[in-house]
Amino acid sequence: MIGSLSHRTLLQPRSLTDALKMLRDEGPLVPLAGCTDLYVSLNFGTLKGTRFLNLWGLAGLKDISVRGDVLSIGALATHTDLIRSPLVQKRIPMLAAAAREVGGVQIQNRGTLGGNVANASPAGDTLPVLAAADAVVVLRSAAETRRVPFTTFYTGYRQSVRRLDELIVGFEIPAIHGRQWFRKVGTRAAQAISKVVIAGVAPAGRAGSVRVALGSVAPTVVRATRTEAALAGGATIGDAQRTLLEEIAPIDDIRSTSEYRRRVAANLLARFWADAHRK
Amino acid sequence: MRFTLNGTFRRIDAHPLKRLLDVLREDCALTGTKEGCGEGECGACTVLVDGAPVNSCLVPIAQINGARVTTIEGLRGRHPLQHAFVEHGGAQCGICTPGMILAAVALGKKPTLDQMKVGLAGNLCRCTGYSAIYRSIDAVTSTARRNRGDRKDREARSGSRTKKPRTRAGVTR
Ligand SMILES: Cc1cc2nc3c(=O)[nH]c(=O)nc-3n(C[C@H](O)[C@H](O)[C@H](O)COP(=O)(O)OP(=O)(O)OC[C@H]3O[C@@H](n4cnc5c(N)ncnc54)[C@H](O)[C@@H]3O)c2cc1C
Ligand code: FES
Ligand code: FES
Repeated sequence: MIGSLSHRTLLQPRSLTDALKMLRDEGPLVPLAGCTDLYVSLNFGTLKGTRFLNLWGLAGLKDISVRGDVLSIGALATHTDLIRSPLVQKRIPMLAAAAREVGGVQIQNRGTLGGNVANASPAGDTLPVLAAADAVVVLRSAAETRRVPFTTFYTGYRQSVRRLDELIVGFEIPAIHGRQWFRKVGTRAAQAISKVVIAGVAPAGRAGSVRVALGSVAPTVVRATRTEAALAGGATIGDAQRTLLEEIAPIDDIRSTSEYRRRVAANLLARFWADAHRK
Repeated sequence: MRFTLNGTFRRIDAHPLKRLLDVLREDCALTGTKEGCGEGECGACTVLVDGAPVNSCLVPIAQINGARVTTIEGLRGRHPLQHAFVEHGGAQCGICTPGMILAAVALGKKPTLDQMKVGLAGNLCRCTGYSAIYRSIDAVTSTARRNRGDRKDREARSGSRTKKPRTRAGVTR
């Protein structure tokens, strides 16, 4: 490993309360969940933090449960937990679909939903799903619990409203009416970061409203509300695609080009809408 | 740090952020676990933690406290998959092999070709082209079936020991 350890320390809380006190009193600390993002930077020698907080194994933060009409998913639920959870499969199958496309099994066994969100890469595969699901991010500090709508969680490229003394403790997902849809376009089926990733919900009969969210096409995940309105208002797919292209701002990078991403995003929108109307 | 390594209780005095990969190779002198990329891409460092495959290059040792770790040495050279990889050319240079076999162990008893492809998607091999690996895994499944003594199955297979299992999963065309 390139990154040296001698100047780094790890704090090991026994409980969430413990962890939040450490963040308040001994911060700034970098939380460690499944380390599938953090240890890549550590091994590269680009990890800046020197003081870490071990979240792995904090009881309760892995729970997936339903209260009333709301599905709660703990921040430490791994992608494998999401794939296997009957509650996730039933209530938000597009999240299970996204988790299935993250890395390979080794990454799915360790990478967590909280880590995917906190890492704040615009290419995170679960992000468009959470945006389309109208999910709420539950943040907790020693002093308070805050509930932030997922669509306002990010404030810019790799920036979020999470304060340094807060942890993401989980996500709340209200009941979703309508048909869910998820597609990821990457270099290969597994182990590849998305070039474009999209989640959608289409009304089924009278239930539900149109929802469309995309990743890898802007500095943060995009909830394409104008495109949704166009589709809901009966616009042609061509018009809806033109609206979508105004709502996204993809860039050229090592994985793809802006032009390619625009084409693929427009095509995926058409595919989503066609599938939504297939009986 | 305490954990169970290949069935034996171990106590290790190492930096809590040290990679499981380095603890295995340096502190435990088990060099069967390989480092390919050090960034989660190749799967050469795969070990089982509580039965589930993980990349040991991305695991701080603090996070396996109390867990059960299985490395390739834990299969003691006697696992049917190890024999099958030798017999069917599933290993060439061998760098990917320990990780590949452990990921294959986690596939369970009778994986389909699709399950093999999905379950091994995080394990890269530069030598075999994968077909020989799928064939090796498939051979174990078929051997297991033969050993259960299904006579009809056995008779159907005699004389076509290597061909039959391949076509079952459609590995070769
Ligand atoms: C080979 C490989 C393939 C990958 N493929 C994909 C892919 O296809 N799609 C995809 O989206 N991602 C992919 N990833 C990235 C990564 O696996 C995911 O983002 C994963 O969900 C991160 O979770 P983690 O628990 O490992 O996060 P960590 O690495 O532990 O943490 C990531 C960041 O989040 C912070 N953090 C973690 N948990 C919390 C919390 N509860 N509260 C506050 N902050 C927190 C950490 O401090 C850190 O900054 C891949 C990674 C690798 C190495
Ligand atoms: S060395 Fe760990 S995945 Fe390549
Ligand atoms: S046998 Fe050489 S990399 Fe797989």
